[in-house]
Amino acid sequence: MSSAVAASELRLALVGVPNCGKTALFNRLTGGHQKVANYAGVTVERKEGRFTGRSGRTYRILDLPGAYSLTPTSLDEAITRDAVLGRLAGEMPPEIVVCVVDATNLRLNLRLVLEIRRLGVPMVVALNMSDVARARGFRLDLRKLEAELGIPVVETVAVSSGGAHALIERLEQQVQPAARGPVDYREPTSEDVLDTQREARRILTLVDYYEPPRQRLLQRLDAIVMHPVLGTLVLGALLFTIFQAVFSWAALPMDLIDAGISAVGDALHDGLPAGPLRSLLVDGVIAGAGSVLVFLPQILILFLFILALEESGYLPRAAYLLDRVMGSVGLSGRAFIPLLSSFACAIPGIMATRTIPNVRDRMATIMIAPLMTCSARLPVYALLIGAFIPAQQVGWFNLQGLVLFTLYVAGVVAALVVALVLKRTALKASYHPLLLELPEYHWPSPRNLAIGLWERARIFLRRVGTIILALMIVLWFLSSYPAAPADATMPPIYYSFAGYIGRGLEVLLAPIGFNWQISIALVPGLAAREVAVGALGTVYSLSASDEAVAATLTPMIASTWSLATALALLAWYVFAPQCLSTLAVVKRETASWRYPVAMAAYLFGLAYAGAFVTYRVALALGG
Amino acid sequence: MTSQPPDAAKLLPVALSTLRKGESAVVVGVRDDHEDLGDEVRSTLAQRLLELGFIPGEVLEVVGAIWPGADPIAVRLGRSLFALRRREAAAVMVSPATAGAR
Repeated sequence: MSSAVAASELRLALVGVPNCGKTALFNRLTGGHQKVANYAGVTVERKEGRFTGRSGRTYRILDLPGAYSLTPTSLDEAITRDAVLGRLAGEMPPEIVVCVVDATNLRLNLRLVLEIRRLGVPMVVALNMSDVARARGFRLDLRKLEAELGIPVVETVAVSSGGAHALIERLEQQVQPAARGPVDYREPTSEDVLDTQREARRILTLVDYYEPPRQRLLQRLDAIVMHPVLGTLVLGALLFTIFQAVFSWAALPMDLIDAGISAVGDALHDGLPAGPLRSLLVDGVIAGAGSVLVFLPQILILFLFILALEESGYLPRAAYLLDRVMGSVGLSGRAFIPLLSSFACAIPGIMATRTIPNVRDRMATIMIAPLMTCSARLPVYALLIGAFIPAQQVGWFNLQGLVLFTLYVAGVVAALVVALVLKRTALKASYHPLLLELPEYHWPSPRNLAIGLWERARIFLRRVGTIILALMIVLWFLSSYPAAPADATMPPIYYSFAGYIGRGLEVLLAPIGFNWQISIALVPGLAAREVAVGALGTVYSLSASDEAVAATLTPMIASTWSLATALALLAWYVFAPQCLSTLAVVKRETASWRYPVAMAAYLFGLAYAGAFVTYRVALALGG
Repeated sequence: MTSQPPDAAKLLPVALSTLRKGESAVVVGVRDDHEDLGDEVRSTLAQRLLELGFIPGEVLEVVGAIWPGADPIAVRLGRSLFALRRREAAAVMVSPATAGAR
């Protein structure tokens, strides 16, 4: 690869403290042209993008993880240090470091600039959020700052179009630096850090830096949001609103997608001759993958909220509020953000645990991450709740929303208990500090939200189009062959491979109320939770006496399952590790089989116990 | 600001962890010999506190605390706001007299 790099390509690395707007600037520079992967050997997210300048020169730009310092206290910070020093295996050292600085908090940001300047690497300082700084009354002499630092300083506004213009122009003037090897680097002592801080203060005085007092409105907002009681109420209300929105806002687009899928299915059904091909396309591909695709709106709404909360600066405040609760089960407040991400998907959540510096805290957080109700469970929950729970109002609330909320709470409570047990036994750890920056509030930028959502949608659609589609076809095959005998009295699927597996599992799952159709659906559902819905669709549309594929799954299960069975299946899904990708990520993150195996064992155990108790109690109560 | 005033009786530095919500103080220094913390944590914590700006002469204010127990606390330092537990706060030595609180 390296030999193919033309002279007109420049490798940049974006460096900056967390919350400096670095990723927004990266989005501004590269637009949608970015590639998200991992650094070799570790699971720190690697974001690379490219753009072309007016001169035709291509810039390859790496968005390094946020770091307060080159002396790392987390895996993220270690990656950033190694990348800047040119020590990172499998990475070319950056030719120019773009140090992104929050113009509204130079006191915190300038030290890192000086630390990197000392390395002697060619660099440019991007004074980001300079519009906000100006509007809020910050003053500083840019020319003097540039002269004092001896490196180019440009103003950027990551959230407005053309906001990176000055930076790009500056980079265009930059000549291609000569190739360099790893930088000679010595870890600073506390005394060195203090010296750098004094130097930063000296420069700030010299450049007539003026910080206005903080806005009263923001102070008042913090007085509420960070209040032990009021803040907790705000957090609870926020979470509740999210879950209600996921159900009510998504209804219309979901109906539209559903109608579209039915129309395609019908058209194929009418247009193709009866036979294996029509059955594969209509019953396998359209009915299977389509029933998962319909949940895209809900997943996007959930991610919209998480991304907006993340960008606004609220999430670390929630971590502060919850540190005490998390601490009481032995976790750090920092575990809150990975766990919150796990509500969308356990995989990014587990990957986000790398910001937890203590290994045992991190392992405990990984182990409970799958108990957070991920969006892949939503299709299953939505199907069962839609079929069995009446949509009536209970006071201010919708009963369906309340049941959904209860399922989320059940997962959280289970997670707290498991964490407590783990931290008292296998993962006992020595004390680890909490030192969390609570950044200034910012309005989330619609463009950044859109880019974030697009990334999520792409990942989800890729899953639907690849793993899920492939499993649907395998399942369709298992469900269709061998064909039923001529004198069959049961639906054809009963005689298929899937029927054999399902009937075998049913022996094990009957005590918790599952019939053989559910048992069959759980098998492909192991690959990904939402697959179970598609699998049920396939199982039921194939086992229907006529070819009424268009008939939706909801009335079908509502008339054939008992309420106790539905509730038991909901309880099963609160716990069961029905997601091989999660287990694979745990294996990769922990670099051992111990954790994924232990995770699968304890989660299946909990799932069986939870479903058993739910089923028996519901039966006893007349369900 | 960095030199110790002669009348030390009232101005003896105290740990940030002893301040209550609403109190301000001036940072005197960061301890890296704090006993509540493990060995590995102690030195990295002290250095990180310095990197974040807890350096002598800076004014800080405790702007929030979670009850019960006032732990963790929220500390404003210049334009930054940090959440830290009492144990971490114990490593920051401050001189409360300058701010006149108490």
